[in-house]
Amino acid sequence: MAEKFDLNEVEVWDGNYAASQALRQAQIDVVAAYPITPSTPIVENYGAYQANGYVDGEFVMVESEHAAMSGCIGAAAAGGRVATATSSQGFALMAEVLYQASGMRLPIVLTVVNRALASPLNVRGDHSDMYLGRDAGWINIDAFNSQEAYDLPLIAFKIGEHLDVRLPVMVHQDGFTTSHKAQNVRPLEDEVAYNFVGKYVPVDDMLDFSRPVTHGAQTEEDWHYEHKAKQHKALMDSRSIIDSVFAEFKELTGREYKRVESYMMEDAEVAMVLLGSSVETAILAAKQLREETGLKVGIIAPRCIRPFPYDLIRDELDREGLKAVVCMDKSAPGGAMGALFNEVSAAAYTTNARPVISNYIYGLGGRDFAIDEAKRIMNEQKAHADAGHITTNIQQFSGVRGPKLGFFETRRG
Amino acid sequence: MSITGSAGQTAKRGVRELGAEEKVGWDAVPQGVVLTSFDSTIEEGAAFTKPEDRNYSDFNSYTATVASWRVVKPVYNRDICIDCQNCWVWCPDTSIISRDKQMLGIDYDHCKGCGVCVEVCPTNPKSLLMFTEALENDEALAGWPEKKKKAK
Repeated sequence: MAEKFDLNEVEVWDGNYAASQALRQAQIDVVAAYPITPSTPIVENYGAYQANGYVDGEFVMVESEHAAMSGCIGAAAAGGRVATATSSQGFALMAEVLYQASGMRLPIVLTVVNRALASPLNVRGDHSDMYLGRDAGWINIDAFNSQEAYDLPLIAFKIGEHLDVRLPVMVHQDGFTTSHKAQNVRPLEDEVAYNFVGKYVPVDDMLDFSRPVTHGAQTEEDWHYEHKAKQHKALMDSRSIIDSVFAEFKELTGREYKRVESYMMEDAEVAMVLLGSSVETAILAAKQLREETGLKVGIIAPRCIRPFPYDLIRDELDREGLKAVVCMDKSAPGGAMGALFNEVSAAAYTTNARPVISNYIYGLGGRDFAIDEAKRIMNEQKAHADAGHITTNIQQFSGVRGPKLGFFETRRG
Repeated sequence: MSITGSAGQTAKRGVRELGAEEKVGWDAVPQGVVLTSFDSTIEEGAAFTKPEDRNYSDFNSYTATVASWRVVKPVYNRDICIDCQNCWVWCPDTSIISRDKQMLGIDYDHCKGCGVCVEVCPTNPKSLLMFTEALENDEALAGWPEKKKKAK
């Protein structure tokens, strides 16, 4: 039986340590991992818990991230609670196997500490890895600070393992700005945390020898489509389970999560949509602008990136007073608009309000995104709102040196 | 269920062409493409239950036939066989039917005609030989070669 870990009511933890504590408390059967910056401490701490008797399950050090996720899939198919952690290049190497996990409906929890993708090689935080995996069929939720980096893995197990869901879940946090920033965290006691997550209920486990099953079958053109359709429906239908697990967590801790977080949107004239640790920067900027100039700025932050909350985003955007929205994408867009811009625009297109929407690329490779820049962009939205159309290029770059960079102009005037 | 008629034949073996199964919609396919081997649980474990006694599911390839893939087939001659089990060990498709270490014959629903069983057969003449698919087994057996004499 695992040793109890004594915790204070308030601990000072960085995002990595917070995530590792949540994994420890979930009493995982198998963690197969290959550490990579900046998520290394999650795996490192977990290994220490295991070595010191705080974890009963197996900890397998493998030869690559591809093997790490493969090991997780094998252990999950065998019938265990399974998790791992990765970042960036490791995530990219894992990409092939991510699709296997979701297609096989194995509720693995992957804590992703977001980092840029090479080339050029970079260890700092942006959302390139998160965007790379967005079509992999996983539920994706995003932590904006250390407390959330602790809470959300616990929530992730409960969502993914729900018998009406049975899908793998990624919990993202920003490399360094969250993963290495120590903040006050209020953890749950070991027993309380475990009781919230609950005992793992295996489904179609390979270790049930009385009922042999085949996992990972091949299907060609006469079957594949139906399986993918069913998988997509499970992902879309998980929305109500996510909501109910969030509600259960609020009941237990008082901490409330929503698939879309919003701040000061009730009377907002302009809004900024963004993810990760930048959300807190944007909230501060919006508050300052409201005080300094009276500009009514609101913030929309998708907590749940997959299944994408078109329903709730639309509710946030369908406000009569809302005139201009800017979507902030922290990933090199690779010849398109940022993904957040595309998805939010799709949600907005069927609203009555139809605010104008523009796109900023920002923060690549860990480039700082500060309050002054956030305020400048918010003021620019005010100009769009007053003009009734986008007065700049639709896509622009924030905080990049050199001549102004932008693409596409609006045809709405 | 028990073995009836030709070697290892049961009521469920090879009852449909592979791919001829009912095409159900997305709402009826199994979650996670997990395929169950049997329609009921086997308490003592499948390894201790003979194939003819297993309740094979429609997902199990046992219930499908791939006989149409074959152009040449092995024919088995009981009169010469010494029950050495070489063919049973080497067959890549578990298509040699053997019970209590006695060779019963070929599972023609799953044999693909690779000829490995003939290669490994040690008797003289061989107890298994390849013939064209169209030839009746009785005719093949009637024309079985004589024992080869050792060269002096």
